[in-house]
Amino acid sequence: MANSQIIVAFLTIVRREIRRFMRIWPQTLLPPAITMSLYFAIFGNLIGPRIGDMGGFSYMDYIVPGLIMMSVITNSYANVSASFFSAKFQHNVQELLVSPTPNWIILFGYVIGGVVRGLLVGVIVTLLSLFFTDMNLENLPITIIVVFLTAILFSLGGFINAVYAKSFDDISIIPTFVLTPLTYLGGVFYSIDLLSSFWQSVSLFNPVLYMVNAFRYGILGVSDIDVGFALAIISAFIVGFFLYGLRLLNKGHGIRD
Amino acid sequence: MTYAIEISGLKKRYNNGFEALKEINLQVKKGDFFALLGPNGAGKSTTIGILCSLVNKTSGQVTIAGIDIDKDFAAAKQHLGVVPQEFNFNVFETPFNIVITQAGFYGIPREVAIPRAEKYLKQLGLWEKRDGPAMALSGGMKRRLMIARALIHEPEILILDEPTAGVDIELRRSMWEFIKELNDQGTTIILTTHYLEEAEQLCRNIAIINKGEIVENTSVKALLKTLNQETFILDVEGAAAGINVSIPDYQITTLNDGHSLEVEINRGQSMNALFTALSDQGLQVLSMRNKANRLEELFVKLTKG
Repeated sequence: MANSQIIVAFLTIVRREIRRFMRIWPQTLLPPAITMSLYFAIFGNLIGPRIGDMGGFSYMDYIVPGLIMMSVITNSYANVSASFFSAKFQHNVQELLVSPTPNWIILFGYVIGGVVRGLLVGVIVTLLSLFFTDMNLENLPITIIVVFLTAILFSLGGFINAVYAKSFDDISIIPTFVLTPLTYLGGVFYSIDLLSSFWQSVSLFNPVLYMVNAFRYGILGVSDIDVGFALAIISAFIVGFFLYGLRLLNKGHGIRD
Repeated sequence: MTYAIEISGLKKRYNNGFEALKEINLQVKKGDFFALLGPNGAGKSTTIGILCSLVNKTSGQVTIAGIDIDKDFAAAKQHLGVVPQEFNFNVFETPFNIVITQAGFYGIPREVAIPRAEKYLKQLGLWEKRDGPAMALSGGMKRRLMIARALIHEPEILILDEPTAGVDIELRRSMWEFIKELNDQGTTIILTTHYLEEAEQLCRNIAIINKGEIVENTSVKALLKTLNQETFILDVEGAAAGINVSIPDYQITTLNDGHSLEVEINRGQSMNALFTALSDQGLQVLSMRNKANRLEELFVKLTKG
């Protein structure tokens, strides 16, 4: 395919992905808005003042970056895993497979679809958070880079999950039993300084910790870990997941006989 | 000669050890109307799957429009359109979006795709339904939608895998008129079907595949010539149930309905002699038809066992 055709194919996948999640917005955009509003109201407004400061900030201010990041992570992941698995389930993934669209564009297109949903939900949650707290961005470039890379990483994760999934249960197992615990234990609600040194060391193996803290650094200017190291970790995971996802597509795992 | 499709030594062994294709060789000429026939599980869908990249081949060589799929599958795919057996579009999308999206996957910009989509959706009687959900279409309309989708990049080779399965007679005929027109305009058509009379009426060349091997590959005309014996049902006046009609050299059975005879005619035997002999016995032939489609008889012979 010529470069101009590749761009058309890429934009077609992205447009289709956006159309898909916008068509079912009550399932894709509304739930995180409601859930996060409840988090802000209950943890931030009601319980937060009793907890006191965390990392030198009010509890509400401290959890806002983590909650935004949590929405981005779950939505970018869910978008790609649900969309690609549905395409497998309905066999309409064959529309892409019979076409000359290169595999890396298929992967890239799905990932950007997930990124757009993740970021859109991130923006919605950020706007909602403004009803509960004032947000001062300490470092806008870091904030944008971290949220963008995180959405890419979890979109790739959703894609790999969907390739292996054989039933709808399979695309909910990872978010329920892996993603949610990693996110809750990834410093969304607390600083790892509160943990004993053993659990602090264990926490460092949780990749979500790096994303939440790097994002918190962008907004609040504080982080439990080095931001440069966090960006390196996220980037390394992205490269690894992209190559692995591409390998699965090239082999036709779960989509070609 | 450049072939539309050229397959040599194509082999497919699935992970469970099943050998679906045993080094088959096949050529389809450019502009041909070609039938690929075979019983269920013979290897038709595997062959088509390999051509359109839904199945990975084990070994062998495949060229599409002269392009080796191992060297440049993407370029080869530009020449191929596929109408699969099963519905494989997103039923929540509209027919218009389904067709336009497919064009995008082939790198066709929207400003080119939109008038093309209008053309094919109109030709296939789907234009009025373009903005409704595809799930609301009837079975026949869904099949026509898949044809429109397969044509959106205007391929020179169109593969139709059982396109008329479950389609009513009127719709089937109009579908074939459309496909015949495409073929007249130069599109190579490759068809699999269980309706053998369709293959006999429409196709110029034919391959019959059985248990992963090509057991016949010739023109429909040449294949029908190999038929040594045909069975006819004669509707006669003057016969009664159980009457014993006997004419030397002809094998005749009286059917239970009391007015039909089943006659086996060998190649070279005269029909005139049969009619004269029946007339001599006081029987008048009112009508005559083949007991089975001629191609069907050959098909059964070639694939049985």
